[in-house]
Amino acid sequence: MLQDFQERIRDASARGAALRLRGGGSKDFYGGAPRGDLLETHGYAGVVEYEPTELVVTARCGTRLDELEATLAASGQMLAFEPPHFGADATLGGCVAAGLSGPRRASAGAVRDFVLGARLLDGRARDLAFGGRVMKNVAGYDVSRLLAGSLGTLGLILEVSLKVLPRPPQELTLALELPEDKALDALNRWAGSPLPLSASAWRESELRIRLSGAPSAVRAAAEKIGGEIVDAAQAGGFWSGIREHADPYFAGDAPLWRLSLPSHAAPLGLPGAQLIEWGGALRWLRTRTDGSAVRAAAARAGGHATLFRGGDRAASVFAPLAPPILRLHRELKAAFDPAGVFNPGRLHPDF
Amino acid sequence: MGEALPVVDSVRQAEVARALRAFLPERCVLWQGEDTRPYECDGLTAYRRLPMVVALPETEEQVQRILRTCHALGVPVVPRGAGTGLSGGALPPGDGVLLSMAKFMRVLRLDAKARVAVVQPGVRNAAISDIAAPFGLYYAPDPSSQIACSIGGNVAENSGGVHCLKYGLTVHNVLRVRGYAMDGEPLDFGSEALDSPGLDLLALMIGSEGLLAVATEITVKLLPTPQAAQVVMASFDDVGKAGDAVAAVIAAGIIPAGLEMMDRPATHAVEQFIGAGYDLAAAAILLCEADGVPEEVEEEIAKVKQVLARAGATQLTVSRDEAERLKIWSGRKAAFPAVGRISPDYYCMDSTIPRKRLGEVLGFIGEMEKKYGLRCPNVFHAGDGNLHPLILFDANDADQLRRTEEFAAEVMEKCIEVGGTITGEHGVGVEKINQMCVQFRPAELELFHAVKHAFDPRGLLNPGKGVPTLARCAEFGRMHVHGGKLAHPELPRF
Repeated sequence: MLQDFQERIRDASARGAALRLRGGGSKDFYGGAPRGDLLETHGYAGVVEYEPTELVVTARCGTRLDELEATLAASGQMLAFEPPHFGADATLGGCVAAGLSGPRRASAGAVRDFVLGARLLDGRARDLAFGGRVMKNVAGYDVSRLLAGSLGTLGLILEVSLKVLPRPPQELTLALELPEDKALDALNRWAGSPLPLSASAWRESELRIRLSGAPSAVRAAAEKIGGEIVDAAQAGGFWSGIREHADPYFAGDAPLWRLSLPSHAAPLGLPGAQLIEWGGALRWLRTRTDGSAVRAAAARAGGHATLFRGGDRAASVFAPLAPPILRLHRELKAAFDPAGVFNPGRLHPDF
Repeated sequence: MGEALPVVDSVRQAEVARALRAFLPERCVLWQGEDTRPYECDGLTAYRRLPMVVALPETEEQVQRILRTCHALGVPVVPRGAGTGLSGGALPPGDGVLLSMAKFMRVLRLDAKARVAVVQPGVRNAAISDIAAPFGLYYAPDPSSQIACSIGGNVAENSGGVHCLKYGLTVHNVLRVRGYAMDGEPLDFGSEALDSPGLDLLALMIGSEGLLAVATEITVKLLPTPQAAQVVMASFDDVGKAGDAVAAVIAAGIIPAGLEMMDRPATHAVEQFIGAGYDLAAAAILLCEADGVPEEVEEEIAKVKQVLARAGATQLTVSRDEAERLKIWSGRKAAFPAVGRISPDYYCMDSTIPRKRLGEVLGFIGEMEKKYGLRCPNVFHAGDGNLHPLILFDANDADQLRRTEEFAAEVMEKCIEVGGTITGEHGVGVEKINQMCVQFRPAELELFHAVKHAFDPRGLLNPGKGVPTLARCAEFGRMHVHGGKLAHPELPRF
């Protein structure tokens, strides 16, 4: 299969044709519209190495995310960045390429924080390995982390090594009635004190907080924060709904914006319903208002806005890059993929 | 090192100094007599070279103009922080400018609510935690040189420390880096939000050993200071058992705040030096720290004790108070200077290996001790697999120096063979550049050069470090085959 991939890449490169890399297709909606000849990676699957006591798993790109997570769970471990699947067919390669992280991101870190190494087919179909299967590695540039969120534009991610973590012994969800400004204030205050926060979600005046860790630490934190304890089964469903966008907030066809901001940014006051995660650092917005107003508000607050789902996707769905940063993107793209075959337009309209 | 010793070209030197003096005050440009001597090496003192010119800018605008000027003149530039690096990353260019960021000492902003500090690159690592302490916050990465090393250097090397299994490396704790490319173009990577549009150039910049851009402003994440911490010290009568005990701790679902191992030669060196109360009869000792809220620490320590006892610990001590905890750690933190007292020189390795191969690698190091007739105590960040074997030698004895170099090369190559890496946190610099030819294949090195080219097409920023040329690897391959018979015996090879 590897040879097939390499032939497809060489052929596309020679013809100057575009290749559309696709794992399970669960994130086809995300980023610029996919185009090019379909190259499916889901067949290149399987865990290559997993030793729970090393806290590292290495798997092929086509490995289904649900299967990978089940394998880890059987040893009491997890992908701590809680990647959203957005579909049963989600694969590890797509998860890393999309670079999306779930509710635990603010406390545990993002996909890129857990990537330890990767194997990649570049635009010349060369099989390259970067990073490794160890926790600390500063030999060479950190190319494997760069792949997280690259949307497949730098090459075909063949294999990834990720750091994994033990599942917390206990989780507890609390619900509190708070308006937006008070909720943001509380979230930033709590984040500055030693509490085992692992997720937060605010919508329609209700703030839900998840605590994870040693039973004693969770108990002590719950007393300090107060609010109502949410039934465990209901809480599980709630966080899964937030992670997978199955929560009623995400229903309907109003464009969904993703605003990534400093957590302490004041309420933006934009029209439309909000859902706030990551202790205030991630703000979802359902709005039909002008995209430039949304982007301007995010930029003023020190962050950026992405048109995540729906809306007018003719222009770039991502915030524009500053000219020197855009120049570096072009140069790096040319270094990895000189003929421009991989996922053109997915990350940026120009490449 | 295959290149000829650079001889400072006095005409060029005067030209470059004059060009810099056009906009820098006299105190900011050094080039005469012995003025440049303090910059001849960093923490890797076996490599020394006088810089042609030293520039000590005081403002960002000056940094930009220095870079533009050097770019226009085609002069290499080597950035330097506190000069504590252990891989020669700040070894000066004999034909270029050493750019010292030592005057960038200001903390620009500390926002307790946002839990960030915006600092200049010359600010010391430990100083950030000091100024954050009144707010109950701290900066997590704690390399052993933290009282001296600068945050700019930490960004260049992606520094770790003894707490990184739980709290991460520099790359996990830096939100934003502003700086300049070699041509003087301003660059801004990351932000105070948790992600940025486009490729993650911040991740690429961190750990790039000063080859991609010069950082002038760094925003770090501050974490709430854990309320309590306690350490367990465990003795083992066998190094392999100690290694298995580490795996057992992880298998029990525990991520300790710190998990360190020292072998008997290392504990003996330390005890003579500092008297930390280590068990000198043990073949190896483990230090395992728990932090968090007091109830959590108590719970975790009880669990750790149980796991270590089951793994065959012959003696277990738990710190009763903060003074005792610090005393136990003082030995580990003083390991390098302690070893420095029992030997005229030591060579510190930095490989990371999969932990399950520890017994095999330590056995191999033991064989190398016999083969080369040199002693090698081991200290080990056991939690994350990062080894620091310390080869003891006397640099005045040319043969010992040669044996040390070959010893280190064999160990690094063994670490690659077991699935590890030649450097976990100290960087490649000039020191491990030949072993990069073993760890990476030509196509991978070519891609690294292409990444470098994207940022610095003329290759003027910190040239000759981090990534070897393919020509150098070809030459090293030949050297490797005829091991021990290197050309230019007069060169400092370490």
